[in-house]
Amino acid sequence: MQNFENVEITTDLLIIGGGMSASGAAFEAAYWAKKNGLKVTVVDKAAMDRSGAVAMGLSAINQYVGIKDGDNTVEDYVKYVKQDLMGIARDDLVFSIARHVDSSVHLFEKWGLPIWKDENGGYVHEGRWQLMINGESYKVIVAEAAKNSMKNLGDDGQILERVFLVEPLMDGERIAGAVGFSVRENKFYVIKAKAVMSLMGGAVHVFRPRSTGEGLGRAWYPPWNSGSSTYFCAKAGAELTCQEVRFIPVRFKDGYGPVGAWFLLFKSRATNAFGGEYMVERKAELDKWKPYGVVKPIPANLRNWLGMMDINDGLGPIYMRTEEAIQNIANQYKDDEKEFKKKMKELEAEAWEDFLDMTISQAILWAASDVQPEEKSSEIAAAEPYFIGSHSGASGAWVSGPQDLAPAEYFWGYENMSTIKGLFCAGDASGASSHKFSSGSHAEGRIAAKAAIRFILDNNSQPNVDAGAVEKLKATILAPLKIFEENKGKTTDPDINPNYIRPKMFMFRLQKIMDEYAAGVTANFSTNKPCLDRALELLGWLKTDSANLAAEDLHELMRCWENIQRMWQAEVHVRTILFREETRWPGYYRRADFPEMKDDWKVFANAIWHPAKGEWEMVKRPVIELT
Amino acid sequence: MPSFVNPEKCDGCKALDKTACQYICPNDLMVLNKDLMKAYNRAPEMCWECYNCVKICPTQAVECRGYADFVPMGASVTPMRSTDSIMWTVKFRSGQVKRFKFPIRTTPEGSAVPDGGFGDGSGDIKDFTLHTEPASLGLDAVVTKK
Ligand SMILES: Cc1cc2nc3c(=O)[nH]c(=O)nc-3n(C[C@H](O)[C@H](O)[C@H](O)COP(=O)(O)OP(=O)(O)OC[C@H]3O[C@@H](n4cnc5c(N)ncnc54)[C@H](O)[C@@H]3O)c2cc1C
Ligand code: SF4
Ligand code: SF4
Repeated sequence: MQNFENVEITTDLLIIGGGMSASGAAFEAAYWAKKNGLKVTVVDKAAMDRSGAVAMGLSAINQYVGIKDGDNTVEDYVKYVKQDLMGIARDDLVFSIARHVDSSVHLFEKWGLPIWKDENGGYVHEGRWQLMINGESYKVIVAEAAKNSMKNLGDDGQILERVFLVEPLMDGERIAGAVGFSVRENKFYVIKAKAVMSLMGGAVHVFRPRSTGEGLGRAWYPPWNSGSSTYFCAKAGAELTCQEVRFIPVRFKDGYGPVGAWFLLFKSRATNAFGGEYMVERKAELDKWKPYGVVKPIPANLRNWLGMMDINDGLGPIYMRTEEAIQNIANQYKDDEKEFKKKMKELEAEAWEDFLDMTISQAILWAASDVQPEEKSSEIAAAEPYFIGSHSGASGAWVSGPQDLAPAEYFWGYENMSTIKGLFCAGDASGASSHKFSSGSHAEGRIAAKAAIRFILDNNSQPNVDAGAVEKLKATILAPLKIFEENKGKTTDPDINPNYIRPKMFMFRLQKIMDEYAAGVTANFSTNKPCLDRALELLGWLKTDSANLAAEDLHELMRCWENIQRMWQAEVHVRTILFREETRWPGYYRRADFPEMKDDWKVFANAIWHPAKGEWEMVKRPVIELT
Repeated sequence: MPSFVNPEKCDGCKALDKTACQYICPNDLMVLNKDLMKAYNRAPEMCWECYNCVKICPTQAVECRGYADFVPMGASVTPMRSTDSIMWTVKFRSGQVKRFKFPIRTTPEGSAVPDGGFGDGSGDIKDFTLHTEPASLGLDAVVTKK
């Protein structure tokens, strides 16, 4: 096997990831590091300008509280998130993000992001918390500000791109750095740090998507985040939370175009194929999910559930009634043809920008199907499950809240620090603080970065890293290259070889297990204990077989580790669904053997991997209301 | 639809210091075939159609065509991205064409000033304000629990 040069870097703060939370963290850390003479190293597996979930752009900023305008209060946002997540959320963390998010949004605007304004200069809202933007270059602009801030550090500030970090380095109970490899050159990276930020986003392709041909790449969530945050934190021994709270978006079918503009701007309805409106006709079902089902806005998972009930009763497909919404608007302007034409031109551009800024595939699908929204409605459908704690899911690490907001049970020294000393999380990587979205992830990255710098100043010794442990990790991480090299000649087809499994088939094997036994699309989002036990059995064999993964090149080596990370995300997901003996988010998943929501389960279901023992521990944590 | 490369337009970015499409793809898919000096997508079924390779190519050699397993043939969506706006041409299967133009940024490329003119804020590592706050919040202080 080609020999890999070791690249050793010693820094103070290591930021892993280059997405929205990492851009916030780099922006913030550079300022405090400069003031205190510290070093910051940022590592992204891709190119920061266009990496992470906002790589394509966005058409709306989904979290803006507008405190200065008196529109809303931070407490309003805390209530909204607690309600949407059926009572399971960390009020202190949601409060902490909501009190800072506006400053990130105001900075975005100064950096150059066009935010829509109304005639008297106020932001144009899509809904109570959402701002309309021209967001094609959103990530480019936010990454640019982070890079410009890091430039102020001179040689003490370093951004490494195309380096994929895999495993944490530990010094007893404290994190000491991370190891990984370049996807461009045969270089193994050993990065030692006094504090580490795991900001590697959420996970996709853990479950089998609806499209499995070329369309496999068109999931709602971008295919390049593979659960690295969950894996990295678990391997370090950090407590994880809400790993059962996956997210199932309902979007335009197959293209996954956003529906926000049609629901909120056009005031469109969603009905089944026979015109029935499930949000009205199935109101009684919402009473079963009190108090959440009877308080506006109805939680996203319950809206999903009512639509799923129509599908289960054979009343599908479900349609976004675009033609009806446009007709209603036409009626408002019936005596002013010119004004109606002007309004329609405006709305059409808005509808198409909603796709073109963030889901171009939906624009292609509409064009390829000759869709005229004013003539015909378009189908919407529930996607397969994703892990995205920054959106309407909640999975992530269990982190400390800020001292002025967190009760004793939720505070251990530094906001956003995990239960492992020196390991900080934000964005999709920090759990139980949903609905932060792009702006809140940026703000939470800043919050966590300042706390991490404070942690370094209070613990300013370089943790030691055992060279032997590094060599062992290096051998394990690079093993797939060796396995391919040694075995590829034993058959005439490099894909069909009894001595190894390639990452693509490994991923399909994982997706099939999760789809069929852990409440995927095929299982109609429902499962029970026997199915979950079967999933764990199959995942056990898959874990054993992961030692036989093979990789032909650096790209495929990354795919090997991405899929091992997906497998770990899958396992902790299954264990947590098994642990929580109730159904609380029916539109996300249902336990057929425990179909109701139970008061005694109004707790956090947390999971801890114990590296030494090689076992998972499941533990309940109290939900404490922020009074 | 996954991206594809038109060999007549692709020159392998030989004039540049790096292969633009290979540099930018968030999923490490665009690769340069060094013998032919032509780029290609090494795993179309893992392409999200984020169009970053399409937008960055200096010779407009990269395009996308609908995922063959669910998109009818004959349509195309093509961007022309400049420094402050982007123009989209949407060609329908029927041949109908729609054009849209949207702004993309209000400042010159590379010019983002980190503190946005809000100043540094308290400079106190121990308090709960962040860099540029409270000015960047438009408030006198960061909110805390009542
Ligand atoms: C389809 C979709 C639509 C959305 N729409 C909106 C919207 O309209 N409005 C809104 O405000 N928010 C929206 N969001 C939410 C927003 O995109 C996320 O909240 C935000 O991107 C999360 O930030 P993050 O830093 O946690 O993850 P990301 O921004 O995804 O960043 C993850 C980073 O980690 C890097 N990385 C991953 N693994 C590794 C590794 N092993 N080594 C090194 N680097 C690694 C990646 O390259 C990337 O830079 C949407 C999200 C999705 C998926
Ligand atoms: S960016 Fe364009 S010209 Fe350069 S290698 Fe890629 S396809 Fe060819
Ligand atoms: S469209 Fe996006 S994901 Fe697909 S090859 Fe181009 S840059 Fe990569």
